[in-house]
Amino acid sequence: MLNTVIPIAYALVAFAFLFSFFRLIVGPDAPDRILGLDTLYVNTVALLVLLGIDLGNAIYFEAALLIAMMGFVGTVALCKYLLRGDIIE
Amino acid sequence: MLELLLSVLILTGAIFTFIGSLGLARFRDFYTRLHGPTKATTLGVGCLLIASSIHFSVDGDLSLHEVLVTLFLFMTAPVSAHLLAKAALHLKLRSLTPTLKEGDDTPAHL
Repeated sequence: MLNTVIPIAYALVAFAFLFSFFRLIVGPDAPDRILGLDTLYVNTVALLVLLGIDLGNAIYFEAALLIAMMGFVGTVALCKYLLRGDIIE
Repeated sequence: MLELLLSVLILTGAIFTFIGSLGLARFRDFYTRLHGPTKATTLGVGCLLIASSIHFSVDGDLSLHEVLVTLFLFMTAPVSAHLLAKAALHLKLRSLTPTLKEGDDTPAHL
């Protein structure tokens, strides 16, 4: 059963990547693009977790944790830049 | 039985991730677009992380790496959404349904 579910999940996550990439490219304003990038990070965490289950390797979670942390820091830095025109005051 | 539970969790997680990103692509202004990734996608990734935690806890010892990722994601998603909304308000992005001004009885678009 897992053998049929995991490819479907891969396909759904791939479409999620496409949609958030679309918003990153098209998004009319800067916050839209930042939101697209943030969603791309969260989708990457989902993809890495799926890979970990599929390949039976627990090392992927360290990568997922790192990407989640770096994504949050990046989003906060970009938002601070939009809000104040400066990241470190 | 366990495989059924894992399959349901993985499918739910993938579907919610998909729906969240679909909302991000399809909604028409920024303030509604913010809903998709911050609610649906977070729930989807949470489901996937629970599934992998169960998967790796069954054979051998308890696996708690995923709980760390889940906690981190559930703490940071609202913070980044709040900051994004603040930035959008600061830049005065247009909204499709304007909020009521003080003293107005009807919304401006009616």
